[in-house]
Amino acid sequence: MDMALETEGLGKRYGQRWALRDCSLRLPAGRVAALVGPNGAGKTTLLHLAVGLLPPDAGEVRVFGASPYANTSILPDIGFVAQETPLYRDFTAAELVTMGGRLNRRWDAALARERLASLGIPPNKPVGKLSGGQRAQVALALCVAKRPRLLLLDEPVASLDPLARREFLQTLMVSVADTGTTVLFSSHIVADLERACDYLVVLHSARVALTGDVEDLVATHRQLVGPRHDGGPIRGVGQVVRARHTDRQTTLLVRMDGDLGDPLWTMHHVGLEDIVLAYMDDTSNDVTTAQSAWGVSA
Amino acid sequence: MIEFVLDGRSKVTASVQLVQQVKQALRVGLLVPGDQLPKVRDVAQSLAINPNTVLKAYRELEIEGLVTGRPGVGTFVARTLAGPSLGNQAALREELVAWLQRAQAAGLTAEDVTALVEITMRAILGVEPPSTQITLSPPPPLAVRQAKRREG
Repeated sequence: MDMALETEGLGKRYGQRWALRDCSLRLPAGRVAALVGPNGAGKTTLLHLAVGLLPPDAGEVRVFGASPYANTSILPDIGFVAQETPLYRDFTAAELVTMGGRLNRRWDAALARERLASLGIPPNKPVGKLSGGQRAQVALALCVAKRPRLLLLDEPVASLDPLARREFLQTLMVSVADTGTTVLFSSHIVADLERACDYLVVLHSARVALTGDVEDLVATHRQLVGPRHDGGPIRGVGQVVRARHTDRQTTLLVRMDGDLGDPLWTMHHVGLEDIVLAYMDDTSNDVTTAQSAWGVSA
Repeated sequence: MIEFVLDGRSKVTASVQLVQQVKQALRVGLLVPGDQLPKVRDVAQSLAINPNTVLKAYRELEIEGLVTGRPGVGTFVARTLAGPSLGNQAALREELVAWLQRAQAAGLTAEDVTALVEITMRAILGVEPPSTQITLSPPPPLAVRQAKRREG
């Protein structure tokens, strides 16, 4: 299968701190992937490595088989919208479309104009005077006009209100339908991802916590509720992602690898959001540390 | 032309929901052979949904022989599900109404009836009734989850 983005043991260090570590993932071409994780998990670093803005300190990153760092031959295939959608604020949308044509080898100005017109974006107003939602749409339209094979978006919807967020996702999905581009977009808003994305990468504490096809992930994860459990193996359960205990009950979020063998457990389906949250949940460790730091007993 | 809706709280995947909605429309005669399904691009836009999901649903319907895709043109209904079963529905509905009235007279609440239908469907047809798939075990309310976290 054709891989749009591949990383192998990828790492990036700022001073002593690893911003990204042991990152290995494969994003097949044609997918729409969400890159989720709390702030500081390494999402932006991973995207910057994939665009070639940063050299890796460990491992490898390949975009359609080529290393993107200091490699201008792969650049036409990559579209990137950085956080806060930076644009020259004094330029109008029409001027930016013209500028894009001068700066890119491949440029579909007609597509950009058509898209911006259908969104009702004024061509002759400085983009600094547009709303945040409109500015995000301009950045997306410019990026898509490059006809990239891989579209990378860093927190494109984070600062948008719910309506603008939905409109942005609608435009993005239409772009995917029209061009078949592969998309990787980072977000810390987990809701409404389930519809837009068919692939998921969860980063946590600079590492890959989970990656895979969304339907597979939803199909294999379950919540189990049963009597208090000592942590021994349960038939049918491949991995316990998160365990919570009361004095008589245990609640597990698990990844199944077969049929559940024990009738004591009640099995519940879980949605994508709950799965993502479970992989990011390390509150129990944090609470223990914080309790001792505050001098509070557990 | 039909318009799709998605239930965000459903436990059924979006592509399965689309398949179910087409089948439902075929069953009640809302879609008949020759009708065109909404274009993938239009569904992707109106629902802000991944076009691959729509394609997957259409492919599944095609495998079942219900629709045919014409490349570059669209997807068209090939077969109906209404058929003879639509004609039989009126008579079956009458019997069901009579049964429901007897159930009500016997003191069964709406929930009792639903439970009875689901159990019987599972026992006789060996299938999970569609309604349980959708409402199966919603997550506990937030307050309960937080309480569990404090206990844990």
